[in-house]
Amino acid sequence: MASLDDLKKRIASVKSTQKITKAMKMVAAAKLRRAQESAEKGRPYSKKMNNVILNLSNGISDKENAPKLLSGTGQEKTHLCVVMTSDRGLCGGFNSNIIKKAKSYFAKILDEGKELKIITVGSKGNDQLKRVYGDKIIENISFKESKNANYFDADKVGKMVIEKFEADEFDVCTIFYNQFKNVITQIPQAQQIIPLNNEAEENSSEESYEFEPDEDEILSNLLPKNISTQIFKAMLENSASEQGSRMSAMDNATRNAGEMVDKLTIEYNRSRQAAITKELIEIISGAESL
Amino acid sequence: MSEEFKVEIVNPEKSFLVKDDVSEVVVPAFEGEMGILKDHISIISFLKPGIIKILSKSGDENFYVEDGIVEFKNNNLSILTSTIFNLADMDKSKQQDLLKQAEEEANKTDINDQSKYLADQKVEVLKTLN
Repeated sequence: MASLDDLKKRIASVKSTQKITKAMKMVAAAKLRRAQESAEKGRPYSKKMNNVILNLSNGISDKENAPKLLSGTGQEKTHLCVVMTSDRGLCGGFNSNIIKKAKSYFAKILDEGKELKIITVGSKGNDQLKRVYGDKIIENISFKESKNANYFDADKVGKMVIEKFEADEFDVCTIFYNQFKNVITQIPQAQQIIPLNNEAEENSSEESYEFEPDEDEILSNLLPKNISTQIFKAMLENSASEQGSRMSAMDNATRNAGEMVDKLTIEYNRSRQAAITKELIEIISGAESL
Repeated sequence: MSEEFKVEIVNPEKSFLVKDDVSEVVVPAFEGEMGILKDHISIISFLKPGIIKILSKSGDENFYVEDGIVEFKNNNLSILTSTIFNLADMDKSKQQDLLKQAEEEANKTDINDQSKYLADQKVEVLKTLN
């Protein structure tokens, strides 16, 4: 059995760990509120953008000459995957969930004999992926300096993706991120952004629009912006998810530490009592023998 | 019949402005300024750098934008833009900063005609503000 001193030290160390996890939980909760707010505020923009593009692509007259960002290059040989993760750890399954999703997608692509290129955003994703897919990673971006997700950063990533697309470096682009549902649930998402995946158009308006200048020109202007917007949306969702995930992970850790302190305290008291009893027995038997 | 309609300006971070007592909006559309009144035909257009004027009962407002898209439908005007400033909040130093940026951009030689045109527009608009 561990000595009383050892137990005391362990209790103290678990307690101080608990203090840290508790503080991290508080911080995450505060940040979560802000991140969640901005994720929700950012949704109308990307939704509106999507609507406009949907309306535009419905109205486009000449489908064959549609911009390549919309219709694709006509082949699916090279896939570019943008894996968006956090820069900091201690956030539960947040990063590994994205990575898991991404890895299964990578395996599928490689099985089909297609070429794979990876851009990682956030250092944690890069750390986890470079062991297996190190040779496929072409770029690694991290926004450690930026405190909050901002559009400027997203635009940088977006411009890079478009640049590579125009240089014919890939045919299909997919982004991986965690969608924020609530504090305990974040859903890893794979979203194809090039060519634009027109999901079943539920309420495509029959109404015709007037375009100024014509559809093609608006589209070719809008599509690059949409890429940045989608990436920005992913970044916002990600940062909310990260904080949510961290909060619940730290909540768990705090609770576990509490349980451990209780258990150790009981053990400590028990061995303290045992020691006292032992001493008493020794004294009494010593007195009797006289 | 009231002559008012709803306008919503959104930027990537948030919903920037929502107003539903607007009588007229003038936007710097790509092919020239465009005034929008109630019951305008559905239209999609994009913006060049310029000033958005919003005329409403509760007072007129002016905004400086650098880019964006406008969509008008069913008397709802949506303006999507990534860079927007309320002129009332914009002081001289901010203006100068933007102007300097725009001038730098316009003086680059390795940009294509369209970006050059847009940068020139920015410079022009910002100069008229002073």
